[in-house]
Amino acid sequence: MSDTIVRLPDQATARIPKDNYITRENGLLSWLLTSDHKRIAILYLISITFFFFIGGALAGLIRLELLTPQTDLMATDTYNKVFTMHGVIMIFFFLVPSVPATLGNFFIPMMIGAKDLALPRINLLSWYLYMAGGLLALYTMAVGGVDTGWTFTTPLSTHYVNTNVLTTGLAVFIAGFSSIFTGLNFIVTIHKMRAPGMTWFRLPLFIWANYAASILMVLATPVVAIAIVLIALERTLGIGVFDPTKGGDPLLFQHLFWFYSHPAVYIMILPGMGVISEVISTFSRKRVFGYTAVAFSSVAIAVFGFFVWAHHMFIMGISNYAVLVFSLLTMLVAVPSAIKIFNWTFTLYKGSITFETPMIYAFGFLGLFTIGGMTGVFLGSSGTDIHLTETYFIVAHFHFVMVGGMLMAFLAGIHFWWPKMTGRMYPEKLSQLAAVVTFIGFNLTFFPQFILGMLGMPRRYASYPPEFQILNVFSTAGATILGVGYLLPVLYLVWSLRYGAIAGDNPWQATGLEWQTQSPPLTENFVEMPVMDHEAYDYEWLEKQQQAEKAREVHRAG
Amino acid sequence: MPDSLANSANTANSAHVEHPAYLRHHFNSAEQQADAASFAMWLFLLTEVMFFGGLFTAYLVYRNWYYPAFVSGSHQLNVVWGTTNTAVLIFSSFTLAMGVWCAQTRRRRGLVLCLTLTFILGLSFLGIKTIEYREKIEKHHVPGFHYSMQSFLDPASDPEVYKEYHDKPLAPDMARHTELYFSLYFLMTGMHAVHMIIGIAILGFMILRARAGAYTAGHVTFVENFGLYWHFVDIIWIYLFALLYLISRH
Amino acid sequence: MSEPNEHARHIVGPGIYVAILLALLVGTALTVWASYVDLGFWNPIIALAIASTKAVLVVLFFMHVWYSSKLTKLTVFAGVFTFLILISLTLTDYISRAWGQW
Repeated sequence: MSDTIVRLPDQATARIPKDNYITRENGLLSWLLTSDHKRIAILYLISITFFFFIGGALAGLIRLELLTPQTDLMATDTYNKVFTMHGVIMIFFFLVPSVPATLGNFFIPMMIGAKDLALPRINLLSWYLYMAGGLLALYTMAVGGVDTGWTFTTPLSTHYVNTNVLTTGLAVFIAGFSSIFTGLNFIVTIHKMRAPGMTWFRLPLFIWANYAASILMVLATPVVAIAIVLIALERTLGIGVFDPTKGGDPLLFQHLFWFYSHPAVYIMILPGMGVISEVISTFSRKRVFGYTAVAFSSVAIAVFGFFVWAHHMFIMGISNYAVLVFSLLTMLVAVPSAIKIFNWTFTLYKGSITFETPMIYAFGFLGLFTIGGMTGVFLGSSGTDIHLTETYFIVAHFHFVMVGGMLMAFLAGIHFWWPKMTGRMYPEKLSQLAAVVTFIGFNLTFFPQFILGMLGMPRRYASYPPEFQILNVFSTAGATILGVGYLLPVLYLVWSLRYGAIAGDNPWQATGLEWQTQSPPLTENFVEMPVMDHEAYDYEWLEKQQQAEKAREVHRAG
Repeated sequence: MPDSLANSANTANSAHVEHPAYLRHHFNSAEQQADAASFAMWLFLLTEVMFFGGLFTAYLVYRNWYYPAFVSGSHQLNVVWGTTNTAVLIFSSFTLAMGVWCAQTRRRRGLVLCLTLTFILGLSFLGIKTIEYREKIEKHHVPGFHYSMQSFLDPASDPEVYKEYHDKPLAPDMARHTELYFSLYFLMTGMHAVHMIIGIAILGFMILRARAGAYTAGHVTFVENFGLYWHFVDIIWIYLFALLYLISRH
Repeated sequence: MSEPNEHARHIVGPGIYVAILLALLVGTALTVWASYVDLGFWNPIIALAIASTKAVLVVLFFMHVWYSSKLTKLTVFAGVFTFLILISLTLTDYISRAWGQW
C-alpha cells in the first residue's frame, strides 16, 4: 500500500525523549510498586500476553486432538480438562482484562486530560489480584486441572467430578475482583477527572466504550462471585442449594452464573469496539459518523446486556415462557451493536482510507464481528437454538465475535498505540502481513466450525463421526496459520523496542489528547493541564495545529 | 501543544503548589479528591448490593417453593434476639451518623465517643449473633454438620419452640428442606457478619486515628465513606431480619 | 470540567438523625408486631414494605443521598434497578415453570 498517512520525524535527528514514564525511575521495585497507570498497563500487557499463549497452547492441543475422529491424542478426561482451562484462561485471564487493563489503563487518563486514574493504588491492587488469580489457575492446571467446562455447570461441578473445581473457582473469584476494581476506577475517573472543556460529548468513543464496559464489570461480576461461593459451599458442606435431592435447583446456579457471563461478553467486546472507533476514524481521516448514536449504543449494549442471560439456558429446563421472554429480549440487544457497525461503515464512506496495520485489523473486525453477531441472532431465536446449541455452531459463533472480533480489535489497538506507548514504530510490511495471515488463518479455523455445528457435531467432545474429519482438518490447519499470525506480532513488537523507527508524537496524525504529547509520555502525562476546546475527531483542528507548528518551526529556523 | 515537547519534567516539578498533605498529586483539588473517593465508595456498595443480591435471589426462589419449611425454620430463630440486634444496629447507624457530624463540625472528643459507641454496639451485635449461632449448633441445625430434622418431624420434641408456635409436624420431604432454610440463614447472616467484622476492625483503627485528630481537621472523607459502608451493612440486616426472622409468627 | 462537586457544605444535623432513629425503631416494632398478625398474603408484602421504608430512610438521611448530587442518586438507582432485574427476570422462570407446556 503506497498510500499512507504516517508521518515520522526525521530519523537522523529524532530521539526518544530522555524523560518519560519508562526512564523516570529504575529498578524492578519501581515497576512492581508503581502507581503510574502507564506502568501498570505495561505490567498487564506482559502478563496477559503470557496467559494468552498458555490459552493458545491449550487451543493447539484441542485442535491436535480433533485432527482425527478418535480420541487418540489424550484421554477423554484430559481433553475435558484442556478445553476447560482453555476457556477459563482465555475468558478470565485474557479477554476480560485485555483492552481495559492495558489500553484502557494507559489511555483513559490521557484521553481525558488527567494525570492518572482516580485510585492509582487500587489500580496496582487490581494487577496483583489478577496475577494471584492467574497463578492460582496455572497451579490448578499443574495439579490436574478441572474438567467441567468453563461454565461450571451444576450439578456436574458440585456433585459429580473429583477435579479442582474449588481452586479454579477461587482463581476466577480473585480475578473477578481485579476486574471490579478496574471498572470502578474507570467510572470514577471518567466522571470526576476530565480536563476543563472535556464535556461528555467531546470524549473519544474509546472512553464511552470502556465506561459502558466498566458499568458491567461493577454490577455483574459480584453475581458470579456469589455463584462461585455457593458452588464451593455445595461441594464442601453439601448445603443443598443446587442439589435436587435436598430440594435445591441446579438451574439457580446457571441463572446466577449467566447473569454475569452474558454481560461478560459485552465487557469483553465493548472496549474492542472503542478501539475500532478510534482506528476507523484515524485511518479514514473522518470523524465517526453518528457520534452520539455510537456513544449511546455503548451504554445501551451495557443496559440491554443485563436482560438476556437465559438465552444460554434455553435447553436446560427453564420454563417455555422464560424462553420466550429471553428470546425476545435477545433480539433487542443486537440492535445497538448493529448501529455501531452501520456507523463505522458510514464513517468509511467518502473517507480517505489508508491500510496501515491497525486498519487491516479493523476491517477484519468489521467483517468477522458482523458474521459472529448475526449468527448470534440465529441463536437468540429459541427454535433455531434448540438444534444448534451445544454444537460447534456455538463454538464458531463465539470465536467469531471474540477472536475475529475482540482479539482483532485488541491487536488493532496494540498496533495503533504502540508508537505512543514505546516511542517506536514496528516494521509496517511485516505487521501488515501478520494481520492478513491472522485473517486467513482465522477464517480457515472457524468457518468450517459453523458447518460442523449445522451438521451436528457436538462441542466438548474429543471424538466425532468420521465424516466430519475433513472439516476438522481444515480447522486445525487454520489454527496453525493463526498461531503464526499471533506469534509474529510478539516477535516484531519486541524487536521494535530496540530497532524500530522513532515514532514522534503523532505518527498517525490522530486527534486524541494522547497524541498531543510526547512518545513515550511523561509520567505525569502532560506538562500543563490540557484544556479541551474542540470536538472529538476534529481533523480541521488538527490541521490548524500542524500548520501553527510548522509556522513556529520556520520562525525558529529563520 | 507542541511547546510541551520543548519542556521537560523540570517544569512540572518546579511549580509545587501549596496543598494539604492529604491531597494526592493526581487530583487538582481536595474537593475533587473527596468527591472521587465518595463516588468510589458508592460504586463499591453497588458491588455489595449485587453480591448479596445473588443470595436474596436464592432465598426468594426457595422460600416460594418450600414455604412451610421456611416457616418452621424461622420459628427456630429467637425473635427477641433478632429484634434486639436490629435495634442495636439501628442505634449504631445513628451513633456513626452523629460521628460524621462531629467530624464535620470538628468535635474531636464527640467523634471519638461516637465511634467508640458504634464499635461497642457492633461488638454487641456480634455477641448476640454468637449466642444465636451457638444455640443452632447445639440443636444440630447447621447444614453439613450432622444436620437434624427432628424438631420439624416432631415439633413436640422441641418444647420451647413448640409452646410458642404449636407447629404441625412436617412431612419428611418438606422437613428435609429446612436444611435449605438454614443454609441460607447461615450464608446470609454469616456473610453479613463478615462485613460487620471488617467494619468493626476498621472502626478500631479509626478510633485511634480520631483520637489523634486525623478526622477533625477538615479532612472527613474517611469517616464519611466508612459511614456509607456501615449504613449499607445495616440496610442488609434490616432486610435479613424481615426475611429470616419474621416469615410468619402467627 | 468534571461534575459539579457534591461534597457540599451541607452538614446534616443531629435533629434529623434523631428523627430517623426514632422512625427506624418504630418501624422495627411495627414489623415485629405485624408478623404476629395473620394478614394472609399481605404479611410478606407489609414486611418488605416496612423494611424498604426503613432502608430508604437510611439511604436518604444517614447516607445523605437526599442532599447529594444527581450522580449519587443515579448511582443508587442503578444498583437497585440491576438488583431488581436479577430477581424479576430470574423469577420469570421460576413462576412460570408450573404453568405447563403452553
